Amino acid sequence: MGYTKDQLLARLKELQIDFVCYDHPAVLTVEAQAKYVGHLGGALSKNLLLKDKKHRYYVVSALANTNIDLKVLSQRLGLGKGGLRMAAEEALQEILQVPLGCVTPLALINDSARDVSLLLDQGFKSQQSCYFHPLTNEVTLSISASSLDKFLISIGRQPSYVDLEANPAVGKDNPPDLASLAPSGVPTLPDKVENAVTSIPTGNDGLTVKKPTKLAGEAKSPAALQKEKLQKVQSSIDPLAEATNIEKLVKEIMDKTSTAFLNEITKDLNDPQIAPSVSDVVKRRVSSDLEHMMMSLKNAAYTQGFQAGFQATLRSSLQSISMQK
Amino acid sequence: MAEEPTKAGYAGGGDREGDDEQVVNPWEVTAKDGGKIDYDKLIEKFGCQRLDESLVRRVERLTGRPAHVFLRRGVFFAHRDFNEILDVYERGEKFFLYTGRGPSSEALHMGHLVPFMFTKYLQDAFKVPLVIQLTDDEKCMWKNLTVEESKRLARENAKDIIACGFDITRTFIFSDFSYVGGAFYENMVKVAKCVTFNKVVGIFGFTNEDHIGKISFPPVQAVPSFPSSFPHLFSGKDDLRCLIPCAIDQDPYFRMTRDVAPRIGYQKPALIESSFFPALQGETGKMSASDPNSAIYVTDSSKDIKNKVNRYAFSGGQDSIENHRKYGANLEVDIPVKYLGFFLEDDAELDHIKKEYGAGRMLTGEVKKRLVEVLSELVERHQKARALVTDEVVDAFMAVRPLPQMFG
Repeated sequence: MGYTKDQLLARLKELQIDFVCYDHPAVLTVEAQAKYVGHLGGALSKNLLLKDKKHRYYVVSALANTNIDLKVLSQRLGLGKGGLRMAAEEALQEILQVPLGCVTPLALINDSARDVSLLLDQGFKSQQSCYFHPLTNEVTLSISASSLDKFLISIGRQPSYVDLEANPAVGKDNPPDLASLAPSGVPTLPDKVENAVTSIPTGNDGLTVKKPTKLAGEAKSPAALQKEKLQKVQSSIDPLAEATNIEKLVKEIMDKTSTAFLNEITKDLNDPQIAPSVSDVVKRRVSSDLEHMMMSLKNAAYTQGFQAGFQATLRSSLQSISMQK
Repeated sequence: MAEEPTKAGYAGGGDREGDDEQVVNPWEVTAKDGGKIDYDKLIEKFGCQRLDESLVRRVERLTGRPAHVFLRRGVFFAHRDFNEILDVYERGEKFFLYTGRGPSSEALHMGHLVPFMFTKYLQDAFKVPLVIQLTDDEKCMWKNLTVEESKRLARENAKDIIACGFDITRTFIFSDFSYVGGAFYENMVKVAKCVTFNKVVGIFGFTNEDHIGKISFPPVQAVPSFPSSFPHLFSGKDDLRCLIPCAIDQDPYFRMTRDVAPRIGYQKPALIESSFFPALQGETGKMSASDPNSAIYVTDSSKDIKNKVNRYAFSGGQDSIENHRKYGANLEVDIPVKYLGFFLEDDAELDHIKKEYGAGRMLTGEVKKRLVEVLSELVERHQKARALVTDEVVDAFMAVRPLPQMFG
């Protein structure tokens, strides 16, 4: 069901991507691979399949000598400390459809990997050629970083190069710098877009990061995304703000009342067309008064709460003063 | 854009040329030769802009609701930089509203409510916070009231203002006697340093005989335009723009403010200005709180309203029914139609009345009757809301507290 090496190579040829293949016995580790191709001048890669607590997967592909600290990476992705683990062996088969020891960015060609996030070592960019497994342990594919990009773009992915060794502080004033690379599921795309966008440290321009899970047809225009983000941010889920939104409340009350009224009246009327326009007039007349009454209510309730809060604070201050004596 | 008025000198009380010129400043409004206020001349003289149809449409588009009656009917007819505020809003940024009242009397009339009714609409439509200044110090000085009396009037007026329907989670009301100090006073000094004695004389018409309280008052009304005057509300938001809905006679204060703002590193406030609410007896100037029959007061009963409208509202109808049917009414001077222009929401009905009355088919009595209905409804609603505003509610509106929901 997953792509075979041959199918992959055929695709690379179609895309007119230059590559070289080296056959060797199956290798499970970078050291073993190095024995066969390490002397050829290209850059060996080590590839990890990682999983977070929300069952989202990440392929981290780095130069063999790059230090990867999972704890740091976890924080940078906004997963907290210790949010990243090595994925189970079954995941390799299920998600990447590659055998053990064969994790490779090229596995993202498989549809089963559509929700997997890809992090590439920026070190690849300065290498003439990089070595990856082309879906099998028995071959090493030599390909330039830009060719890899071309391939990734052709499967609807945006290549994301990262300084994997960097260890920036992550805290209240420094949001996780890689948070945008955490995957989002396709079905709930609009919500996740909002979550990802609002956690980007540089503010409004969340549009430059194209979500890896977006398929070409689902890409939204920048204007639509921006508007969505604004709407989401504005209608932040504060239940108290919802409950005290007078216009909304009045509209609901009037809609319910007029619907109920209409239902009853149209039963008796000869001309059922009169009823809706009558109800519109009634709505307009009553809505305005109702809104004013509700505002009085809101202000009165706030005042009572304010007083109560003031008294409570006063009491506790007096108590603590008297206790100090 | 011409910020300055076109004449050398300002439209202050200091540059009267007998009754040849109309006089419009914060303390006096008189038309030329006892006629009507010429608003076109005023706009030209002050150097502000006309609020045209396209801006009204833009407001409707941006707020997703019909424009307020006062916008549709050209009651709010002039502005400074209102289009910039709309640009800011369209970009998703926020602004705040600032308006105020000089509490000179306990009795408020319908004309006093006009800017507040409009400001409430702006607050609801744009969902932005509002600061309301009660210039009790100003009235203490100009009307020679005691400090206690002006403070008391401020609180009483606050109740009527609150009854217009402002949202307590987005509104901060303050009186100068209570609030001036701290960051507010720091801004007052910054502004004061930028305005010479000569300049205030030119703007406001002060003389050597005026006491120094008056001369140093203008910064008090200027600084609520700056967010840093309210550290408990807008701390860290030094770039927040301000929109000031007010009657056009307040323009001098804000011309001065706009001149000073860039020099002290602040944003210029934007203005949206209204024409004057005509007195019951006709359009020769502002309503006067000292003549009870010149206005409909918010404390009037329906009977009072009926009486006042029928007896004192200046009619543009003809003196006899035959003449009226022949020539129609003079809508230019007819007060009931003008008042309906302010308060009758239904555009279609207003157009119908104007047409029929202007053609002579409708009589003055009918128009007045409709006006009495509209006014009574409004005043009654106001009184009901006013009854629900206790001293505790005023205290809460005036408490120096944060407003976390102010942009929600």
